Amino acid sequence: MAGSSPLPVGKVASVNRLGDLERAIMDVLWGTGTSLTVREVSAQLTERDLAHTTVMTVLDRLAKKGFARRERDGRAWRYRPAATREAYVTELMLTALEQTGDRSAALARFAKSVSGAEASVLRGALDEIEGDGGG
Amino acid sequence: MTGPADAALLAAVAIGSVRGSAALGVARWPRRSPRAAILLWQALGLAGGLAAVGALIEIGVPPGATSVAGGVARVASTAASGRLFPPGQPVLPVFLRLVSLVMGLALLTQLCSVLVASSAMVIRARRRQRALLALLAHGDPKAPGALVVDYPAAAAYCLPGLRSPRIVVSVGALDLLRPAELAAVLAHERAHLRERHDLVVLPFTALRRAFGWSRICADAHQSVALLIEMLADDRALRARPARALAGALARFGTAGCAENAPAGALAVSGAAHEGDMAARVTRIMTPAPPLTYAVRLAIWCAATVIVLVPVAILLLPNLAPAGAGQHGPSRAAGSARHGSPGAVRPGA
Repeated sequence: MAGSSPLPVGKVASVNRLGDLERAIMDVLWGTGTSLTVREVSAQLTERDLAHTTVMTVLDRLAKKGFARRERDGRAWRYRPAATREAYVTELMLTALEQTGDRSAALARFAKSVSGAEASVLRGALDEIEGDGGG
Repeated sequence: MTGPADAALLAAVAIGSVRGSAALGVARWPRRSPRAAILLWQALGLAGGLAAVGALIEIGVPPGATSVAGGVARVASTAASGRLFPPGQPVLPVFLRLVSLVMGLALLTQLCSVLVASSAMVIRARRRQRALLALLAHGDPKAPGALVVDYPAAAAYCLPGLRSPRIVVSVGALDLLRPAELAAVLAHERAHLRERHDLVVLPFTALRRAFGWSRICADAHQSVALLIEMLADDRALRARPARALAGALARFGTAGCAENAPAGALAVSGAAHEGDMAARVTRIMTPAPPLTYAVRLAIWCAATVIVLVPVAILLLPNLAPAGAGQHGPSRAAGSARHGSPGAVRPGA
């Protein structure tokens, strides 16, 4: 994937780095039950030598994108994930189905992907494939 | 040239496209040569839309207009000057003509706007997908070149795009499939990405969204979606054994798994309509020979002609016989003479 061709250094690399940082910070937020200040997030990141402002910028970006929510706590901001990781995974896999236009059909397809008759055809094919494949 | 003959011809093309689509939807040969069949679907869709819009507008423009655009412009200018219903002429024919014209223009607008809206929806959905994948997906040595999402149900799809096309598989799919099967699935998805199958399906998705009540549109979309999957299957089979791909599909189907394609994505198992998965597996395991070169060439020619006929009727000014052509200028001149007193009248 990424290793197939050498990436031009510079912009792409920094974008990737920012992306990695967003991800790492979301992992921190998802990993704790409570909301965290920028300093607390920094402390939990494996990469410790990050500037305070860098972490703050990334948290700000995450809040702008809607992945994190922030609230005032005295003079500091506290951040927490807008939704659980599982909720986002589910959204990732399902959004589309809801957007295809006929939601009911999509959901029905989701619950029962193939009909009984079709399933037996597929099972037959599978038996055949595995039968002559020797394993 | 505009006139009843052209309108009738266009109406015939529109009806022919609908009939042709119905026939193509139930034909068996398309799965032998999916590419040729997809081309025919595209031609029928384009010709049908053009002809339906064209026929309505042709009926709607006043007789003797030299071109469709000119006729529409003339109706617009008479409407602007408030003389849509000339005094002393029967109102009903003019009214019916106007209704037809408005319907034609409305249909044209709807077709264009639904295509734009569908594209925008797909682009938005893909952007959201990318943002989520950036936070959630990870690589896995089991699926080189793919993004893996921790989701228990088996799913595999691709996210097309100019800059960073992506293949996404769920952990459920990694658990379900054997290595050779997974490789076949990845080859299938790569074919979707490489050949931009999403762009082929897009207009049909848009049509279906716009005309949800239309059986033809639903059938066309379903057929093209299945043919696209078969095309990607064929591409995957160039590099991967048939047993691996068929095995993967059969497993996807029988696992009772969620095989879903997020918006703007193509799933390895595609839209699971009744029998589609079984049809693909059967086709992979016991393939019918593709259509001969001559037959495919004939299909290509037919597709070209199907599109060219309505385009020619609409664009070429004088398709009518020479006799009618001689009437054209004189009638146009006559109406121009009619027009001049009207232009003076406001001042009079």
